[in-house]
Amino acid sequence: MTVTASASEARARPLQIWLLIWAFALAAVLVVFLLQDRLPWAVNYPASAVVPVADWVSALMRWIKSNLSWLTRSITAVLGVPLDFALNLLAKNFKIGHGIDAYVLPRLSWVGVCAAAFLAGHAVGGRKLSLLVGGCFLYIALFGQWTSAMLTLALISIAVPFCIVTGLFAGIWAWRKPWAERLIVSPALDLMQTIPTFAYLIPMLLLFGNSPVSAMIATAIFATPPMVRATMLGLSRVPSEIDDFSEMAGCTARQKLWRVLLPSARPTLMVGVNQVIMLALNMVIIASMIGAGGLGYDVLLALRALKVGEAMEAGLAIVALAIALDRLSQAIAHKQAKGHVHKAIGASLWRRYPNLTLAIAILAVTTLLGLFVPAFAAVPKAITFTTAPLWKAAVNWVTINFFDAIEAFRVALILNLLNPLRAFCEGFPWLGAVFLLGLAGYQLSGFRLAVLVAALTAFCAITGLWEKTMATVYLCGISAFVACLIGIPIGLMASRSDRFEKIVTPVIDTLQVLPSFCFIIPVVMLFRVGDVTAMIATIAFAVVPAIRYTNHGIRQVPPALIEAAKVSGCTPRQTFFRVQLPLALPEIMLGVNQTILMALAMIIICAMVGTRDLGQEVFIALSKADSGRGIVAGLAIAFIGIVADRLFSAWTAKARARLG
Amino acid sequence: MTDKIEQEPNVAGTPKDARPIKLACRNVWKLFGSNAANFIRERDGKASMAEVAAAGLVGAVRAVDLEIRQGEIFIIMGLSGSGKSTLVRCMSRLVEPTHGKVEFEGKDLLKISDAALIELRRHRMGMVFQNFALLPHLNVLENIAFPLSIQGQDRPTREARSREVIELVGLSGREHFYPRELSGGQQQRVGIARSLATKPEIWFLDEPFSALDPLIRREMQDELMRLQTMLHKTIVFITHDFDEAIRLADRIAIMKDGEVIQIGTPEELVVNPATDYVAEFTRDVDRAKVISARSLMRACDGSEHGGTVSPDAKIASFSAGIVAADKPFAVVNGTGKPIGEVTPQAVIDLLAGIDRSRAGA
Repeated sequence: MTVTASASEARARPLQIWLLIWAFALAAVLVVFLLQDRLPWAVNYPASAVVPVADWVSALMRWIKSNLSWLTRSITAVLGVPLDFALNLLAKNFKIGHGIDAYVLPRLSWVGVCAAAFLAGHAVGGRKLSLLVGGCFLYIALFGQWTSAMLTLALISIAVPFCIVTGLFAGIWAWRKPWAERLIVSPALDLMQTIPTFAYLIPMLLLFGNSPVSAMIATAIFATPPMVRATMLGLSRVPSEIDDFSEMAGCTARQKLWRVLLPSARPTLMVGVNQVIMLALNMVIIASMIGAGGLGYDVLLALRALKVGEAMEAGLAIVALAIALDRLSQAIAHKQAKGHVHKAIGASLWRRYPNLTLAIAILAVTTLLGLFVPAFAAVPKAITFTTAPLWKAAVNWVTINFFDAIEAFRVALILNLLNPLRAFCEGFPWLGAVFLLGLAGYQLSGFRLAVLVAALTAFCAITGLWEKTMATVYLCGISAFVACLIGIPIGLMASRSDRFEKIVTPVIDTLQVLPSFCFIIPVVMLFRVGDVTAMIATIAFAVVPAIRYTNHGIRQVPPALIEAAKVSGCTPRQTFFRVQLPLALPEIMLGVNQTILMALAMIIICAMVGTRDLGQEVFIALSKADSGRGIVAGLAIAFIGIVADRLFSAWTAKARARLG
Repeated sequence: MTDKIEQEPNVAGTPKDARPIKLACRNVWKLFGSNAANFIRERDGKASMAEVAAAGLVGAVRAVDLEIRQGEIFIIMGLSGSGKSTLVRCMSRLVEPTHGKVEFEGKDLLKISDAALIELRRHRMGMVFQNFALLPHLNVLENIAFPLSIQGQDRPTREARSREVIELVGLSGREHFYPRELSGGQQQRVGIARSLATKPEIWFLDEPFSALDPLIRREMQDELMRLQTMLHKTIVFITHDFDEAIRLADRIAIMKDGEVIQIGTPEELVVNPATDYVAEFTRDVDRAKVISARSLMRACDGSEHGGTVSPDAKIASFSAGIVAADKPFAVVNGTGKPIGEVTPQAVIDLLAGIDRSRAGA
């Protein structure tokens, strides 16, 4: 007791000093704000001093485009071959020859693909999974989304192997060469994951045109980082004895890597593959803006035309596809982690791979049948049904009956909360923000973090994007705040009741799998376009980590400590507030950090529903193919994310260090 | 079966110190910390523990000198953190020693090329690990064949050889099981079989039985002794369990804080512990099973003998007889000539734990 008392006394003095410093700093910023007539340059960054980074980037891109077109074209050509093959195989039919003489080889029959999905589920996860996966595919077929869904699937099926191979090699390189990891790979991964998805599209659009190939490249780049991380993690987690064994068996470096380390790391690698698939799906949907086609494009078209019913249907098909792919790849990863089980070995292929052989046979038979029976080639119109009118009717009903209530809620939110906050943020002096964030960085970690944070913040100002940056910060901040306000209590409840956790877990699992696009659709139906829609969709998207980390943080408090608290005579309430919550705080902060980053990613996508911030900047740049503008805005967004992430991580690290 | 596997010359008949030296450590050091190599080179391979600590280094292995002779079971025994694992990794060059020489059949192992080292490990060294280190994605047969396949042997050859060693360690019928389907003892049998598949000359066993239950451990120790009577490998065996060391060892090296503090046969350690630390270990040992007639005998004083024993016979093997006879037993050498005698009183003192020589001193 005395030890902690003296320790807290020792800490108290610097804390008071910091309080004083913060009071002064805030006062100084207030003074700058009040004197804005005298010091206008400190509040609004002067337009004359804007550094034309955007123009430089545009010039660079133009140069690349005109001088390296041979390269981009050949890349397009090379990548186009497998992509076209996959597209034709799954969605479009092969056309050999031209005109009326063209001979058409059919695509895989939908019946066959559904059966293959059933069998794949059966092979890796038993009957339950086979019903789920097969059911999802059947759903897609019956709801008339087959061709679009197969376009999306084809893109994913080509992009994912590409991501896996690239990620594997990058991960191996980073694992072998610590300097490469520190100087190149880790910073690159951080940046890649904070740059908004939209910003990837612009250079791709410019270099590779509006085509499935550029969509695929954007997808591949976006979805690679988790594979790199999984590879590094998996390799570093291989037990040192296995490493020693491979040396003693006389493995060469190559044999060691490919025959011992990577196979031993396979469970971790499979987790990476699962993440790659989900990110690829997410990105393919967004990349529909630059010609990916498929389900994302359907959603986009429907949203633009405000056909909520159609958007909802395509969105649900994305959900079905996402769930099928996620559960399938997770089951594979899970199977890997559990380890192999021996089987009676039969000589024939049929005995060894019954599901695979059966799937191939069914695919072949149904596809051949499709040549003669049209019902096998394309989903017959007669058996599809659509729920679009239903959704439309539902929305109409809600708007007719609850229009006033919803509208009142919306307007009240805008007038009383959003607009004042927005005005405050946009009017915030840029110099003050740079100064205050730098100060926070200094307090939390030291000089290096302070410089990094201040420099990144200043970048947003000197590129002339200050107002839009602050608009993003405001919307992201309020959304993340509300998401935490909702998520943390849910997480706390889940941590205290197993029954509640059982209900929450599948819900947040599903929410996490859904591509960000899907969150916008139902909200747009009710709240139309604008900041409120963006906010609500973002909250729904970003609430998951707050719940998950809070629950996990509380649950991972060692049982011995809780027992110790109980033995000391703590009431359940005291145990919770004085033992569990403080110990779980670092983990909860990590969840808040994740929530902020996810909110940021989502806010940008919400530019599609008419926000006025950096997302809109990127969106406009995308439609104008203005690479400089888009990339600079994208970097500004990434920098917001990095600043928030670094400050929170430093805070969490400090809290962790204090808890030991 | 066994004659195919057996390829080490049987040197059991030759006197122990006349056997050729297989592996030797000459002033081997492993220091962790910056500039460790310079530190020890500047001091010409000599430094006290205090000096090492003062330089901010951690001495995992310090000034180790030992010679392992062909066909013996050499046990390195020490508590956790004593550096025994690091030492055995220095011997196999899994860890690069900071200073000193490791000689394999007289050649400095630290000077050979990477390619030569790989060759050496592929054909002449085998190692068994505490946590088995089996590859989770391969079944028993594939795990055992793995070192052979690394060497480039074709499938029929390596599978035939693997089946031989599977039979040797008694795992027939489990060829297609995966590691996680096996018990700990079975997994370690796979580890042993895998390390024997390449017919190594020197066999490193790094705490092979420490992860096993006591009953299984004992069974595996017997198994090891059974294998050794057939194979006559040169064995370097690491353990933290002194009873295990006593049971298996021809000679034991006891390590503490990175140093070898005594090397000797179990009997020598029990009879003449070099330090209190060693004595502490030997205190609870069943002395009758370790000490031989030779250590207990005195010159004959002409009294009548109740029987004869060989000088290497452990006391436990004749204690019941000598106490029943109540007469001294003659200790006779190979030709039947008496070289001394053991009295019933000496045996009783030993069994009762009374040490008259010490008590007198």
